[in-house]
Amino acid sequence: MSERPGFDSLQVGDPVPERSFVLQRADLVRYAGASGDFNPIHWNARAATRVGLPDVIAHGMLTMATAARLVSDWCGDPGAIVEYGTRFTKPVVVPDDGAGATLRVSGTVAVKDETARTVRVDLVVECAGDRVLGKAQAVVRLS
Amino acid sequence: MPLDTSFAKKVYPPSPVYEVGPEKIAEFAAAVGSDHPAHLDPDAARALGHPDVVAPPTFAVIVAQRCEAQYVADPAAGIDYRRVVHGEEKFRHHRPIVAGDRLVATLHVDMVREAGGHGMVTTRVEIADEGGQPVSTVTSMLVVRGE
Repeated sequence: MSERPGFDSLQVGDPVPERSFVLQRADLVRYAGASGDFNPIHWNARAATRVGLPDVIAHGMLTMATAARLVSDWCGDPGAIVEYGTRFTKPVVVPDDGAGATLRVSGTVAVKDETARTVRVDLVVECAGDRVLGKAQAVVRLS
Repeated sequence: MPLDTSFAKKVYPPSPVYEVGPEKIAEFAAAVGSDHPAHLDPDAARALGHPDVVAPPTFAVIVAQRCEAQYVADPAAGIDYRRVVHGEEKFRHHRPIVAGDRLVATLHVDMVREAGGHGMVTTRVEIADEGGQPVSTVTSMLVVRGE
């Protein structure tokens, strides 16, 4: 595992390097089962198009969870994320074409709290050129 | 049917206990693609200072969405689930969720309003241990699109 970033060594503006994550239909089915969210727009194209969507879309919460991996892998401890919030700005369409959808996730250290020894990482999460999450921010406690 | 705004500020009774098993943490971690050893290996989790395997940061949504269903699935609330879009979600973890936790969730309806032909509802689920010590606060905003 890579070295965990120390609070004192980080500065506002430091990047959390970009990673890409692929979501396929099977990932949506698996997330539905694990989370208990069986809304058919996440696995049934007929249900999705009936409500005006172009195709099946990922659970917003799956996109959010996937983006969190950038932060938890970077900081080295999934339990160090003390706050995490986002807006869902665009649906992530996941076609049944073998390629699925690719999320590009990157982050920046935006705030340092010297008292709490936390940093706020602001995330940019894009799919097919659209920002799919808005104001995605994770507060991470570091040693 | 329009949203019933009289649900605003309603607080529901505490949920039954949700017991967090290591298998559920492993299953959820796999479903979100997180392969960090602290989700699977108690020794790896303890090395980071956790008492047992630790849940991914959005795991609390399982507990929260069950709890929110008391409100959003209540026909009297007037939420047409076919027109619901998830607007926002936020977790505040007072401490990480770990295997062995016995969690109790209490649902608060913070806001219900109609604006510009759309409805908006904000719920807050306060998750605590059985002794009442806070574990996570999960806030969710749903948009109910106009006809």
